[in-house]
Amino acid sequence: MHIVVPIKLAPDLVEDLEIDAGGAALDRTFLRLIINEFDDHAIEQAFLLKERGGGQVTIVAPDLEGADDVLYTAAAKGADRLIKLIGDFSAGVNCHALARTLAKVIGDLHPDLVLTGVQAHDDLDGAVGPLLAEHLGMPYLGYVAGLTVSDGKCMARKEYPGGLVAEMDVALPAVFGIQAAEKPPRYVVTSLITQAMKSATIEEIETGEFDSGGAAAVERMSRLEATTHAEMIEGSTDQVADKLVAVLRERGLLAPRG
Amino acid sequence: MSQDIWVVVETLRGAVMDITYTSLAAGRILADGLGIRLVAVLLGHNAEPLAGTLGTADSVIYVDHASLADFTPEAYRRTISGLAKELAPRAILFGHTSMGMDIACGVSLDLNAPLISSCERVKLEDGRPWYSSPTCGGKIIAEGPIPDPVCVLTIVPGGYKPEAVRLPGPKEVVRMAPSAALEGLRITLKKYIEPQAADVDIAKEPMLVAVGRGIQQADNIALAEALAQALGGVVCGSRPVVDQGWLPVPRLVGKSGVSVKPKCYVALGVSGAPEHVEGISGAELIIAINTDPRAPIFNVAHFGTLLSMFDLLPALTEKIRQAPRP
Ligand SMILES: Cc1cc2nc3c(=O)[nH]c(=O)nc-3n(C[C@H](O)[C@H](O)[C@H](O)COP(=O)(O)OP(=O)(O)OC[C@H]3O[C@@H](n4cnc5c(N)ncnc54)[C@H](O)[C@@H]3O)c2cc1C
Ligand SMILES: Nc1ncnc2c1ncn2[C@@H]1O[C@H](COP(=O)(O)O)[C@@H](O)[C@H]1O
Repeated sequence: MHIVVPIKLAPDLVEDLEIDAGGAALDRTFLRLIINEFDDHAIEQAFLLKERGGGQVTIVAPDLEGADDVLYTAAAKGADRLIKLIGDFSAGVNCHALARTLAKVIGDLHPDLVLTGVQAHDDLDGAVGPLLAEHLGMPYLGYVAGLTVSDGKCMARKEYPGGLVAEMDVALPAVFGIQAAEKPPRYVVTSLITQAMKSATIEEIETGEFDSGGAAAVERMSRLEATTHAEMIEGSTDQVADKLVAVLRERGLLAPRG
Repeated sequence: MSQDIWVVVETLRGAVMDITYTSLAAGRILADGLGIRLVAVLLGHNAEPLAGTLGTADSVIYVDHASLADFTPEAYRRTISGLAKELAPRAILFGHTSMGMDIACGVSLDLNAPLISSCERVKLEDGRPWYSSPTCGGKIIAEGPIPDPVCVLTIVPGGYKPEAVRLPGPKEVVRMAPSAALEGLRITLKKYIEPQAADVDIAKEPMLVAVGRGIQQADNIALAEALAQALGGVVCGSRPVVDQGWLPVPRLVGKSGVSVKPKCYVALGVSGAPEHVEGISGAELIIAINTDPRAPIFNVAHFGTLLSMFDLLPALTEKIRQAPRP
């Protein structure tokens, strides 16, 4: 069984985000990118499947700062093949373009399963997973938190609100949007990553031009200027704590001692 | 050419989901602004009575088929695309949800229609319909025109209150047969698995202390437990905390978890991503403790502080314990 996991490097939300001079896109000059959090779960799910049923795990990442780290970390966890997409990702590429590009690369790998992250927080035109599935001619199921493979079929656990889960049978090959792996993503020590940097090879594949058609245009972007904002309490730890206690007391929210 | 605004009704085990009403509210604004009709598209099996709360729509299209009894991506997507090819709507609104996100992309490709995701609000600007979508965890708002002749949108909660549009009606229900073949489906529903049993139902708790990724590690949950205990409440959390296994699934607040409505919600190291915030819109008082002045949680909180929770919590918990009671 061949499992392919394409990885997205998405803006780190802990950093300040700026809009570029054109006013309709993020300023990417100083943007810090990190792996999309759901991709860590997709990678974990791939390894869990491999441990249970054997097979090969291939990780595909775009050539952006941080890609090598992500790829070598995956290698340290046991990835069999690492692929870096060489192309102009620096200006940001929309989901439609990525899906077309990934379909060419991933189609050639003849996967049984493609595990994408369910979505990324900077999407404005859908998600790569369902678009990719379409171009690969495979079925897509998203919001998945758990997969079991047997006899060329896959049983997927799809999440609905409130903790309800639907068990769905999916014919393979298929693309899944992973929301959460069955277990928290494993941790790998730095020494193993350093070792992987020496022993693993990253294959490079040229993407060519991107075709972005299919997304609606963004005309302006703005930082959220909230219409309401919390009353901020400043001061020392003691002062802030006192003020918060006062807020709770005024509202009768201090529980009687019991 | 009908050029109506369509809202695809989302149902789960015999109930219409709130996101449908939110989408209807958005659809109503577009339909009124453009002087066209708002149509709800309901798929199911023996589900016609569900049309009874879709009165905000001018009309309901109801498609009945055994393969549509429960949501599966291919059957739903083929049916919607088939109908849309026949009736040519101006826009199709899905929820940005487990169901909507499975099929909105496919439908947009079937119709060769551009796609706009996570739209929160719509409006008419100089006679043109516009979307606005929060992105990057709610820190950035993207806006633009909704292209014609046809466009697919996915709608997130937050822009419009579902209650106001849950109206009896509708004026007409048009029954249609699925125009696409529903055989050869590669995805089939086996069964539903009920949510894990909960020791406490956080939806009913008046005092909640929520922990987010800012808590850093499992051991630190004890700090939140101590605060919760002093307040006479319980601990709940955001998705990353639950996915790490630091809190059980029934304690998850938000889109994939529980919607809560406590008297007081103390958020510790929770950034306030849209998927989290949609679960706390019913909270009466929100206090946010977060070191990032730009964290979106401060836009929904009533009180906030930029102190680190690790500095503040010991003092706060102690002072609450000591505080004189009325
Ligand atoms: C389909 C889907 C469904 C989802 N469903 C849910 C859901 O139901 N519930 C949910 O919560 N999320 C859900 N998410 C995830 C959501 O998008 C966010 O990723 C998540 O809510 C972020 O959790 P967080 O705020 O704990 O972490 P982060 O966004 O990482 O925020 C951590 C915060 O801690 C602050 N912090 C760090 N250190 C300290 C300190 N010492 N003191 C105080 N503050 C500190 C930081 O400033 C930061 O703001 C869903 C996502 C998807 C795609
Ligand atoms: N540039 C990319 N390279 C490889 N995979 C990607 C890329 N962008 C998105 N993906 C995959 O698609 C998933 C969903 O991302 P998105 O569609 O941006 O929400 C990610 O979690 C990745 O698995």
